[in-house]
This record gives sequence, C-alpha cells and structure tokens, in this order.
Amino acid sequence: MSPTTTQPSAPTPSTTAFAAVEAGAPRFAWLRGSLQQLLAFASLIVIVAVFSFASPHFFTANNLVSILTAATVTGILALGTTFVIITGGIDLSIGTGMVLCGVMAGVFLTYLGWPLWAGVAATILFGGLIGLINGVNVSVLGIPPFIATLGMMLIAAGLSLVISGTKPIYFNETPEFQSIMNLSIVPGIRFPLGVAIFIVMIVIAAVLLSKTIVGRYTFSIGSNEAATALSGVNVRRWKIIVYTLAGLFVGLAGVLSASRLSSAQPTGGMGLELEAIAAVVIGGTSLQGGKGSIIGTVIGALIMAVLTNGLRIISVPQEWQSVAVGIVILVAVYLDMLRRRRS
Amino acid sequence: MMDDATVTTAPLLDVKGVSKGFPGVQALDDVRLDLRHGEVLALVGENGAGKSTLMKLLAGIYTPDAGTFRLNGRELTIEGPRHAQELGISIIHQEFNLMPDLTVAQNIFIGREHRAGGLFLDERALNRRAQDLFDRLGLALDPAEPVERLTVARQQMVEIAKALSFDAKVLIMDEPTAALNDAEVDVLFELIQRFRTPETGVIYISHRMEELARISDRISVLRDGRYIGTRVTAETEPKEIISLMVGREIVGEQRPPAATTTGDPVLSVSGLSTKHLLRDVSFDVHAGEILGFAGLMGAGRTEVARAIVGADRTEAGEIRLHGRPVKIANPAEAARHGIGYLSEDRKQLGVLLERSVRENIVLASLRDYVSGLGFVSGSRIEATGREYVDKLRIKTPSTAQLVKNLSGGNQQKVVIAKWLAKDCEVLIFDEPTRGIDVGAKEEIYALLRQLADQGKAIIMISSELPEVLRLSDRIAVMAEGRLTAVLDNAEATQENLMDYATRFTSEGTIAR
Repeated sequence: MSPTTTQPSAPTPSTTAFAAVEAGAPRFAWLRGSLQQLLAFASLIVIVAVFSFASPHFFTANNLVSILTAATVTGILALGTTFVIITGGIDLSIGTGMVLCGVMAGVFLTYLGWPLWAGVAATILFGGLIGLINGVNVSVLGIPPFIATLGMMLIAAGLSLVISGTKPIYFNETPEFQSIMNLSIVPGIRFPLGVAIFIVMIVIAAVLLSKTIVGRYTFSIGSNEAATALSGVNVRRWKIIVYTLAGLFVGLAGVLSASRLSSAQPTGGMGLELEAIAAVVIGGTSLQGGKGSIIGTVIGALIMAVLTNGLRIISVPQEWQSVAVGIVILVAVYLDMLRRRRS
Repeated sequence: MMDDATVTTAPLLDVKGVSKGFPGVQALDDVRLDLRHGEVLALVGENGAGKSTLMKLLAGIYTPDAGTFRLNGRELTIEGPRHAQELGISIIHQEFNLMPDLTVAQNIFIGREHRAGGLFLDERALNRRAQDLFDRLGLALDPAEPVERLTVARQQMVEIAKALSFDAKVLIMDEPTAALNDAEVDVLFELIQRFRTPETGVIYISHRMEELARISDRISVLRDGRYIGTRVTAETEPKEIISLMVGREIVGEQRPPAATTTGDPVLSVSGLSTKHLLRDVSFDVHAGEILGFAGLMGAGRTEVARAIVGADRTEAGEIRLHGRPVKIANPAEAARHGIGYLSEDRKQLGVLLERSVRENIVLASLRDYVSGLGFVSGSRIEATGREYVDKLRIKTPSTAQLVKNLSGGNQQKVVIAKWLAKDCEVLIFDEPTRGIDVGAKEEIYALLRQLADQGKAIIMISSELPEVLRLSDRIAVMAEGRLTAVLDNAEATQENLMDYATRFTSEGTIAR
C-alpha cells in the first residue's frame, strides 16, 4: 500500500483531499470480508457433491439429518467459542466443561430430583459459571487464556469423575430428558428437536455477534485491546461477559449431549474443544482475533461433520477420517493466509 | 499569533508544578506549560525528556504525584482516558489507537455506540453521525469502510475525527507526521488550522524543526523531566531550540570534506530492476565513502537495499563486490559476503527487543562463538559485547541489559555493532536516525563518518535532506524506482535534490 495513493494528485492537494466523499462510492467490503465464508461454503458444496456422487446413501434426507445431528453438539460449542476466539482468546475448557455440565444435569435431575426445566436451566447456568471463572482468570488475574482454560479443562475433567463417582448417571427420574435432543419434531422424517435448538442458537449467536454491543466489543477487543480500553470501554468486564457467554453455550451442549445418550457420561470430552476450534478456524475466524463470523463457524462445523459422515459411508476406515479432517484444517487455514497475504 | 487581549485571560490549559515519578526515575519534575486560546504550542524535547509522561497525565492514563491542571481557569482532576476526552482533552498517540477490523464509524464512536434498544446497535445512525462529522470537518472518509483498508494518512484522519468528535478543546498530537509524506503533511496542517479557533488549542509534539516553524506559534522545551523554556516561534530559530533541548550548542549543517575516495568500488550495482518498482538502477560505492540515498517516500530507496541483500527478488541486474559478480539470494548470504543492512524498522527487523545487548551484538556472527562441541561461548560473547559497548559508547548498565530498555539511539548502535561484529565492509543504513533524539543523532552521524574513515563503504538512505547533505560524500537521488542523479556533495543543495527527486514522477504525486 503506497501512502501516496490516498492523496489525489492535484497541485492543491487540500481541495481534493478535503472533498466530501462522493455518493455511491463502490463498497465491496462485504464481498471481500465474506470471501473466506464463500470459500468455505464452496468447499462444503464440493465435498457434499463428491460424496453424493460416490455413494447413493449419502444425499438422502435421513443421512443429511444425521449429519446435522452429529454437528449439533460440536457446533454449539463452536458457536460460543467463536466469540472468545474473536477477542483474541481461546477456550480449551469447553470439551471437558461440557462433560461436567452433563454430570451436573445428572446431579440436578437424578440426585436432587429437580424438575426438568429447573435442572436444564441450572445446567446451562453452571456452564455460564465455568465461563465466568475463565473470564475472571483471564481478565482480572491476567492469566493467558490458553493457560487459564487449560487449567479449567483439567479441573472440569477431574470434577466430572469426582462428582459422578466415575460412573454414568442415568436420568431415571426424568425420562423426558432424552427428548430434548432426540424428540422428532417433523412428521415423516426423523428430525430431532436438538437440531432445531442448534439452528435457533445459530441465529441467536449470529445476531449477538453482528447486531449487538456484545459483538461490537468482541471484535473491538480482538482487533486492538489496548485501544479499546483507551476508548473508555470496560475491557475486563466485556471479556468476562464473552467467556461467560461461551460457558452458557457449553452448558447447553452438555444438556444436549447427555440427552442424546440418555445418560451423563463422566469421561471423554477431551479433544472435543479442538474439534470445535477447528470448526471455528475452518470458518475463517482468525486465531489472532478481530476477524470471524458465526456463519463461517457453522460452515466449518458442517464441513467436519460431512467429512466424518461421508468418509464412513464410502467405507473409509475410521483411522483415516481424522487424517482427512487434519488435512482440511491445514488447507483451509493456508488458503485463508494466502488470501490475507494478497490483500 | 496571539494578540494581547486573549493573553490577559486565563490560558486554555494551564499546567503547574506537575511532578511524576516512577521507581528509579523522576519522569517529570515541577513542569509547567500553558496553552493559550487559539494557538498551536509545540512541545519538544529529546526522548526521555518527559513529553510522553506529560501526555499520559493529560490523557488520564497516569495520575500526577503533584501539580495542578487548569482548563479555562478551572482546576480539574483527570480520572481516566474517557474522562479526559469528556473534559475536552483529546490525544492522538504516535501509535494509532484504532481497531483495524472495525469500520471508520465504529472506531470513532467505540464506547459511545448508538443503541436501537437494549443490546442492539443502530449502525445506520452511527454511520450518519460519522458522515455528519466528516462533512463538518471536510474529511473524505467513508464511515462504513474497515479501517485496515485505509492508508496510514487516512487512519490518522480517523484518529483526528475521533478526537474532534468529543468536542475537543485541547488537541494533543504526538509526532503526527512520523509516517506521512509531504502532501499528507499539508493535509494534516490544514486540518490543524481548521481545528484552531478562539476556543481551542493544539499541543504539537515533534522532532522536526522545519514543521515547527510552519505550524506552531510558540515552542516549549522539556529536558530531563524539567521545563526549560518557551520561545515564540517567529522570534527563534532551530539552533536555539535544539540547544535548549540538548543543553549545548550544536554545530549544524557542516558538510563532509570533499570526497577522498579513489580506486575501485567495493560494491557496484548495475541494471537492478524488480518486478514492481525498480528500473535499471546502477551505482558504485567506494571504501571510505558515504553514499546518501535521497528521494521521496515510495521512490524505491529501501527496495534497492532489499534487492541488494536478497530480501526481495530482482528481475534483472548485477551486483559486483570488488569487481567480482556475486549472486545473493537472501540476507544471510549478503552477510556472508560482508554486506549488512540496517532496516528502517529497527524494532521489528533490527533488534531482538527481549534479548540482551550482547546477544544482539553477536547475533549475525554467532557461528564464530560456537566451540567444537557445539556450545556457545558465553565469555567470548561477553568480551565482544563489552568491546562494542565501549567502542560505540552504547549507554547501558551492562551487556546483559535487554535491548528494549535502551533508548532509540542506543538500540541503533546495537544494530550497528551487530554488523561490525560480523565484519561487514558494506553497510546499508536505512533511515539510521528515525525515532532518535537530536543529541543521539549527532553521535550516530559521528559514528557513520568514523566507520567510513575506517574504510567501510556506506550507503545511507534518509528522508531528511539536511541529514543527507550533511553526511554524504555523494548523493544518489531516486524517483519512482529510477536513479535520477548521483551528485557530489559540493554540487548538491536541498533544492536540486528535491528537483531530481521529482524528476520522473508522473503528475504531482508530491506537493512541492
């Protein structure tokens, strides 16, 4: 970028430089800004097309719904963590945090015998509490997000085992708990309620990120934290809010994953945070912060789910599926870097 | 210039007896400053004189240990950055405080967003308000454009618009022209003139004397955290101001003795071209001479340096060292051939800020300090470090000091030491005194001359014509990627250099 290009080349630079901007100046900002999403979306279409061609069992209503179902839990985790990553942070605690939330759902509903609505609400709020602690650790204590949430990841993994006594908790008191994820809401095909919840959360997250003050400060902090603070924005508070928001998504994911299995499994969850982060990154959100979108994250989550599903359908051994996802991440991020370098 | 009527009333901003200490340093000691209504007050001082501390006090980033601030006669306590802005004190920092990923309007009104109700933002109202502001200020900015797409000059306009959107009474600008070209400086000055009304005032911090003469009414000088004095710009001259800043008279404008260089060139460049900018650049540098490179920003001077050391790809051209053609693919090979490049971007490309002085000094020649077993010899590094700290008079408590704790001038000396330790015979200095205060500049000049006298071949790129004239034996002038002249110092003047610098430019990319 040459600095001279801004200054029009008239002998009296002031008259042109001060001229009001002409009406109807071309604005391709939205187009360039969404290029990565377009790219990711195009990749998604290509992958879907390839699998559809490769197997007649892929592009069927039932299989597409099962892809969405598979994408739901990781997708919801990814939605929340998109906010955190745009602030320039990271949240490694979402995988085991989700497991802990599932266990807490078991505690509230089965051990304490709370009514369904109260147990679910308490579980989601518990996720928010995990996020709140992360937020305080990051913004008040100043622990780097990677470390703060790494600590929380281990704490949550351990607490799940401690609280559950290392055994699964079944929802015997509230059998309707399992229908939160699994209830079929469309007659004719098996379209689970959980997927509908995922779609609603996508809309909520997208609106929060692009239309509200939460989203504005999320981008602003990620773009230049010091400048945001100097502008009088209470950066600490907003970072706590963002981590808490991510935690609420973790709580909801905990409800849905426990509901899906009709039981709270105290193990696992490790690695899920990386899948969610992968979805966010494939969707064009920058780990440096300041850039990203919800629609990108959704496409990223779908790409991961489609790959896993499609490779299974064309009988690629499971061992290779992870290899394929790894390659997709590298390619996606490399393409993104190429684009940025050029612009 | 102020008339007597306004002088008798209370000054716009009155700073009295302000002190601020940090552990180990008294940054400000009983400093005063008065900004009158409608004036541009220049604030000058060497690095470390206390200018930025004073700014940060006014910005509400620090709180003073003692002293008072009065705005229009009313004493005030500045509680924080936002409070300062609300009081009418706006500051444009040297490093821009913009969020590159947000739009122009979003940046300007960050923290003061329009709500459409609840959490929801009213983007359209935000853009409309920004557009109103730009219309009022006469700025050609698009409220909806992301800031990262703007050039530095436009980003600065956004900063200024942001400052003025607070109804600023006092505008403080810290080195606002550091990254601007001449035409952009003109625009900036016009903006300042527009801002200046009987109700407002500007504090203008800069190192550039010729700018102060153009824009300021009075000049206040700080030195070592103390207030030294104030001069009316029209009644003083740069020499006086500089001597107030450094506390001693500086012999200015001396030129090097007539070139004594003879014999074969050390480095010859012929027909150097790159894909985007350079066209057929050819020149020689001899041992013992300083070849200055003058030209406007974007003329291709840095690109020549980068092409020589292999940092950028060349399309055509030949580089000869002592008459033998050499192929240089990257800066490491250049260093092996004895060519050192000292980047204009010292902090990013010149030094490792987080490492010690001695580590930085041996960085390019580290292989020489590795023993047979593969261990790095700490004692020999220390010895070399100390040798160059003494030789170049680098001001540092020890060679173990981290480079980030050194002043700009001393950091530059560390970079020079690095290439001397590598035993380079060709040294390319790109803006060697950028961001370095006046006193330290003198030392760098002396050092460059000394290196030439020791037989080094030196290329010095500088955007400051007086600097080029003062130091170079010969001066190469570039315009739009071409070499338009190589002059002996004796035949060079600011005027003819500027003439050559604008030779090949298509219509008016510069405003001279």
